[in-house]
Amino acid sequence: MAETNRAVIKLREKFAASVLDVKEFRGEVTVTVTRENILEICNFLKSSLAYNLCTDVTAVDYLGKQEPRFMMVYNLYSIPNKDRLRVKAGVPEADCTIDTVSGVWKSANWLEREVYDLMGVTFNNHPDLRRILMTDDWVGHPLRKDYPVQGPDREPYKGRLS
Amino acid sequence: MGVDQPLGENFITASLDGLVNWARKSSIWPMTFGLACCAIEMMATGASHNDLDRFGIIFRASPRQSDCIIIAGTVTKKMLPMIETVYEQMPEPKWVVAMGACACSGGVFDTYSVVQGIDTALPVDVYIPGCPPRPEALLYGLLKLQDKIMKDKNSFGSTIGLGQRLESAA
Repeated sequence: MAETNRAVIKLREKFAASVLDVKEFRGEVTVTVTRENILEICNFLKSSLAYNLCTDVTAVDYLGKQEPRFMMVYNLYSIPNKDRLRVKAGVPEADCTIDTVSGVWKSANWLEREVYDLMGVTFNNHPDLRRILMTDDWVGHPLRKDYPVQGPDREPYKGRLS
Repeated sequence: MGVDQPLGENFITASLDGLVNWARKSSIWPMTFGLACCAIEMMATGASHNDLDRFGIIFRASPRQSDCIIIAGTVTKKMLPMIETVYEQMPEPKWVVAMGACACSGGVFDTYSVVQGIDTALPVDVYIPGCPPRPEALLYGLLKLQDKIMKDKNSFGSTIGLGQRLESAA
């Protein structure tokens, strides 16, 4: 099924070296690509395959589970074709950057700011890369797995009897 | 007594204090300020079924006209500066009601982004537990606040510039 997906066929033709993995789960197709080509691929998906709506940009922290540590996730929707596609790209901790796709889909602008704020992935060429949820003077990126949930300067509550 | 409170401990000032306290407790004007789900219960308390108006409690849309702020909900660290600004804009005398588990202690949100109780920033007069407290609980808390205001000492003297108002402990 995933192999017959129109986007997968076109991506395999055009970016054979960049498509690392294709998966399908319950009708949802996920394509994992290299982060170096994310901008080209997204441009192609929008202009040639009509994925004209970027519904979400988010990231996953796989600390201690797999390398590279971070995985960018782009959820796309094609309004004319009424189908969805998920594009993923791994981002290593040592060089925690990826090209912005806010030039492709405007909606990615604030979503990438959210990923930068909470996960600490830096987006190259982003027009306005500031924190969006936490305060401007916040230190650290709270959704990283190594960030203490109660904050860095406080002991967690261990129950009133402890 | 004496220089600090020349009108402190005699019959006349006692009644004037009582008059001022009675006026204050009968016209608690809280700031219209909701932060989370507790604000829904606060609105329900203000609406016709529970009807805060019958106690003279009328929500005001400006801190300049308010003398009470009900912290109704989770206080995030990002929101705290705004709450402090609003509190500072309120004229004296002013009271703070911490409504719900989050405002009292942070509640279930033992997290990096949530202030662990508004009493770390503002002087709280009444704590109302619950998640969220029912309108009856908020009403009870506000009645407790009225009792507390009634126990204030030298409220008349402080109004005409003689000494400080003495708040009761509870």
